[in-house]
Amino acid sequence: MEKPVILRLSGLSKRFGSVIAADHIDLDLHEGEVLALLGENGAGKTTLMNMLFGEYTPDAGRVLVRREGRLHPLPPGQPQAAIAAGIGMVHQHFALAENLSALDNILLGAEPLPALRRRLAPARERVGRLMERSGLAAPLDERVGALSVGERQRVEILKALWRDARVLVLDEPTAVLTPQEAENLFTSLRRMVAGGLSVIFISHKLHEVLAFSDRIAVLRHGRKVSEMPTHDADRAKIAAMMVGEEIAPPERPPASPGEEVLALEGVSIRARSARERLDDVSLRLRAGEIIGIAGVSGNGQGALAALISGLRTPDRGRIRVAGRTMRRPSPRNIIRAGVGRIPEDRHRDGVVGAMSVAENLVIERLDAPEVQRRGFLRRRAIRANAERLCHEYDVRGPGIDAPARLLSGGNIQKLILARVLDLSPRVILANQPTRGLDFGAADAVARRLIAARQKGAGVILISEDLDEILALADRIFVMHAGRLAEAPGRERTEIGLLMAGQMDAPLAASPQKARP
Amino acid sequence: MTELLDIFLNESFWTASLRIATPLIFGVLGALLCERAGVLNLGIEGIFVVGAMTGWMAVWMGAGLWGGVLVAALSGALFGLLHALLTVPLGLSQHVSGLGITLLATSAASFTYRTALPDVKSPPRITPFQPLDIPYLSDIPFLGPVLFQQTPLTWLALAMVALVWWIMARTPLGVALRAVGDNPDAVAAQGLSVYGLRIGAVVGGSALMALGGAFLTMSAFDAFFFGMVNGRGWICIALVIFASWQPGKALLGALLFGMFEALQVRLQTQAGAVVPSQVFLMAPYVLSILALVFAARRADYPRALLKPWFRGQR
Repeated sequence: MEKPVILRLSGLSKRFGSVIAADHIDLDLHEGEVLALLGENGAGKTTLMNMLFGEYTPDAGRVLVRREGRLHPLPPGQPQAAIAAGIGMVHQHFALAENLSALDNILLGAEPLPALRRRLAPARERVGRLMERSGLAAPLDERVGALSVGERQRVEILKALWRDARVLVLDEPTAVLTPQEAENLFTSLRRMVAGGLSVIFISHKLHEVLAFSDRIAVLRHGRKVSEMPTHDADRAKIAAMMVGEEIAPPERPPASPGEEVLALEGVSIRARSARERLDDVSLRLRAGEIIGIAGVSGNGQGALAALISGLRTPDRGRIRVAGRTMRRPSPRNIIRAGVGRIPEDRHRDGVVGAMSVAENLVIERLDAPEVQRRGFLRRRAIRANAERLCHEYDVRGPGIDAPARLLSGGNIQKLILARVLDLSPRVILANQPTRGLDFGAADAVARRLIAARQKGAGVILISEDLDEILALADRIFVMHAGRLAEAPGRERTEIGLLMAGQMDAPLAASPQKARP
Repeated sequence: MTELLDIFLNESFWTASLRIATPLIFGVLGALLCERAGVLNLGIEGIFVVGAMTGWMAVWMGAGLWGGVLVAALSGALFGLLHALLTVPLGLSQHVSGLGITLLATSAASFTYRTALPDVKSPPRITPFQPLDIPYLSDIPFLGPVLFQQTPLTWLALAMVALVWWIMARTPLGVALRAVGDNPDAVAAQGLSVYGLRIGAVVGGSALMALGGAFLTMSAFDAFFFGMVNGRGWICIALVIFASWQPGKALLGALLFGMFEALQVRLQTQAGAVVPSQVFLMAPYVLSILALVFAARRADYPRALLKPWFRGQR
């Protein structure tokens, strides 16, 4: 029997400038149901959920919530009203105050403001009961800034439960979790759903959607393109619907590794926080192979990338590029030694937004004779270079003289790839190269990396997306708490345990609790 | 060396320290309130001037002393409201708006003074707050004179330290204020008004700053002079970092500065023949900078300080 509808989105539309982020979307959520909202970046998932929660005012359409057996419309643009109607939202970027304790965050806004003192004892007791019932545990008196990502997420969910949420909206809840943490989260959610909670969760990980949801809705370009019960769905069909076309995964011909191009020998970087620390890291990369580095973000990947980019000098250990030990590593020396760098934050570290596309394409080699003569830029040569690269790497945008910040994320990434790969580097450091890109752009990046490997480059691929690593890497390493260990196999659960620091790999030392 | 010891053992030194610290206590608390909510208020120097001018003028025109205090607080709040409207809903640069407020408030105070008293040569005097002589308590040796021969405004300042601490640490409002200076998205997602909290904090903080100014004309002196605020506001901006945005440490910082200042005056009279007096005049500031150098390295800035927040943009 069909359960009653608890929440109905009716004709919701939202436009940002000339972009239609949501176009007359209708969606029903039934009581005790788990609805998965699938779609690529920019498909309108988050916009839709922000309208549901009242953070955006829709241009058209209504949100209706069931109360006393009937559906009532919510006043648009008022989070307070959504909370009062029993809607709880867990944002992808947590909405937590890091300087407050977990308990304070849970109570924030739930206590009447004009009060002379707080009643913490009963609150603590009730949160304790909620934790017990849902299976979500978090240290209540710790500052949120000191909590792990998984704990923060639990605080977010507890916040919603504290406000008696009947509908829980989760925006990409597993993006920052290890596979085990994700599994625990779903176990807890299942328990709460059995207790009557309804869940909408946004994801683009197909395997968890298929495993956990009851029904799937697919969005593309701001429209709902399909809706089906999960047991009728299959992987290929959904993927095709999200993208709008069939996309085959890139071919990866067998590797034929050559001589060593990059070596780290017992490298350590001392730092106060775990995300900047490296602890006795060793690694050998050979020509013609891709090493994938998996791990939950904040476990030292940033430090490793900074080290290979020449931005950090190791406190101990050595770094060798193409057989030469780098005595004084600096970005300049590293680039000259043949390392191409694709930075994690492409907008901040990859381009100078105010400079033109053409200038950004030569920015790493301003002293090269093709770029300058006697201290003056060779403008014509620079533009010709840009014309060629933009054509070759399919960089689209308002033209080579336009400021780089006007390019979309995917095109900025193609620009960076063009700059890096055109110099035929021996080593390519790709840090989260496809994060935030849509299928098409991500696919292009993956193909380029494989092509570079075929031409004999060694590639270090740092990624939080295990699927990406499994698809591209010849060898897989895992980072945890500043340590690097080679995964013994390609088994998802095994790698997951390494990511959580719960297993000793042959190279790894004592496991520590992740505190990113 | 013994002369230094003499100074420290003399109760009048400590009485003076607390007196000098009083306007700073108001100022630091005010700046702390604004910054905890995420708004830097560089209007503080001008708001001091306005508080000094309006409080004194209200009394001169016939209001009671406490009436003057109220007028000062309200006029400070008014300039705070202007700063808040510019920086919170409009999201303009907090530096530019704050400095603008300082220039505007200082000039407005001078203008009002000149228009109201076009012909006076020496500024008219009022009868200021007198030290409270509390029976028995003021007779306690040492502590008595230091603590119990202060004017009521010093007492108000100390009470404000306790009040601000209580609000910040023990009330839901304080939790919300601390949250809005750390992550306004968290506050908005819980259905609270980011704008409301921030505007309220800036208005309240500015009222406190104005009280610091009012202390100068209504307690420390008995008239309004141009230039009498003399950088006290800027000192408070530094002290709030020294205090790590905590009311208790704010009191400590203000007292330390008061001590430097009181020491400076005394050393000047004793060693003035050997060392030029200007050295002593700048000593408190040099010492403040040094104190700041060590405190600021560990400073835990409110994460959302200086960052405007707009509705519907995550």
